[in-house]
Amino acid sequence: MLELKNISYEVSAEDLQAGSKEIVRDVSLIVEDHKFVVITGPNGSGKSTLAKLIVGIEKPTSGKIYLDGVDITEKNVTERANMGIGFAFQQPVRFKGIEVIDLLRIASGKHLSVSSACEYLSEVGLCARDYINREVNASLSGGELKRIEIATLLARGSKLSVFDEPEAGIDLWSFQNLIKVFERLQKKTTDGSILIISHQERILNIADEIVVVSEGKIANKGSRDEILPGLLGTPSAANACTYLDR
Amino acid sequence: MIDTIQKRLLEEVADLHEVPEGAYNIRANGEMAARNTTANIDIVSKEDASGIDIQIKAGTKNESVHIPVVLSKSGIKEIVYNDFYIGEDADVTIVAGCGIDNCGVQDSEHDGIHRFYLGKNSKVKYVEKHYGSGDGKGKRILNPGTEVYLEDGSLMEMEMVQIKGVDSTVRNTVAELGEGARLIVRERLMTHGDQEAVSSYEVKLNGEGASADVVSRSVARDNSYQKFDSRITGNVPCSGHTECDAIIMDSARVLAIPQLEANNVDAALIHEAAIGKIAGEQIIKLMTLGLTEAEAEERIINGFLK
Repeated sequence: MLELKNISYEVSAEDLQAGSKEIVRDVSLIVEDHKFVVITGPNGSGKSTLAKLIVGIEKPTSGKIYLDGVDITEKNVTERANMGIGFAFQQPVRFKGIEVIDLLRIASGKHLSVSSACEYLSEVGLCARDYINREVNASLSGGELKRIEIATLLARGSKLSVFDEPEAGIDLWSFQNLIKVFERLQKKTTDGSILIISHQERILNIADEIVVVSEGKIANKGSRDEILPGLLGTPSAANACTYLDR
Repeated sequence: MIDTIQKRLLEEVADLHEVPEGAYNIRANGEMAARNTTANIDIVSKEDASGIDIQIKAGTKNESVHIPVVLSKSGIKEIVYNDFYIGEDADVTIVAGCGIDNCGVQDSEHDGIHRFYLGKNSKVKYVEKHYGSGDGKGKRILNPGTEVYLEDGSLMEMEMVQIKGVDSTVRNTVAELGEGARLIVRERLMTHGDQEAVSSYEVKLNGEGASADVVSRSVARDNSYQKFDSRITGNVPCSGHTECDAIIMDSARVLAIPQLEANNVDAALIHEAAIGKIAGEQIIKLMTLGLTEAEAEERIINGFLK
């Protein structure tokens, strides 16, 4: 279980102006085990910052973060990763010379066999044979990188997996496939809980719980059935066609 | 006789754990330590200079030649000329390399000048590794010179590796290519401490359809300095590509000078050069997979130089 207690994150006026950082104001939130939770809200509302605070890339100005009752506020990224927090970047990182299998092996923390690595790739809809020895470099498309990023999270098998806007930067065709991957993940939350930052209606549609963030604060939260109807038609629950227009 | 330090150096530069199969010439502290020839590959000491002539008969297939050099005494300076004559249609692997262990105060230097004459349609895979060790104040210096002459239809693949321990290197490589000949160079270099490494290539594409691909990947750490100077000249319809990709760290400096000269309208030449530090997000990504910052950095460098 993850708990955020009165988390705030202040940014300088300069960063705020440049739009490079977002404010978080006194956020308290609990992500229960085996839950599929989606955080939504308008651009600049503080969603991505919240994800970075959970993973440890940013440190809160005030407040506490607990994982299974342990205070992890002062723990760094590596420590949190080893305690069971996984993170999929909004813009997956490229590496020259590091192959897909290398990344999956680092993620799994052991010498993963080729056949197990292939299973993870198949699960995200990639033909494993074609990708296992590809370098994670600029030759991969945005959609391919996104799926490899998700495969590394599957290989990691984290207690809590955080996805920052998995739909960002991919084409509609890849998006449709991505949704299928998350639909499958949703059915498997017995392995661990999932926290997704997204404003895609189709992702909100498979959430157990929805948290709406606005201007750095939690504006609303509850089960999908309670929250989703109020969001439809707003930018916090964009449909695939709106997605295309963006 | 080969001693234990020399054995370790041989493992580093030639992956040799024991006496290699096929032809070989092992040079230790300025003298021949062991040699073997085969029915197709002859090795003869030069009479007018230090070094050897390696004659590979036409049509020789799947054979290898190892010619490692090790220096384990401080203060040795030598220039060695090794000439390779590769017969038509031959297909061989040549493994060279130099390991210096210098525990003394005097500089140790090995300047190996290698000349390759590739007959028509022959193929050579050439691997050259450099390695230095020892904590003496004496410097470990390697200045390799390589000349490659490729006749029509021949292919030379060169893998040049210098990852550790060499204080100063000036590497000059020149190549001339005939009709349809191909040259592929993969250079991997890492410098640290106060090391300096200069690598220059001058490739002339003289025969129609010739092609060259010269790629260097390097990592410069601490206060080290690297210069990569690669020039491809296209005199006929041909294709050439040169690339330098460097990771810079700490207070290191890197100078990349890719150059192209086209003397024919159908010479297709491309160069690329990039120098940059390790991206912070690359380190963070690997940290989210459980590696520490130092481990992440090491993985990124190892992958880059793989």
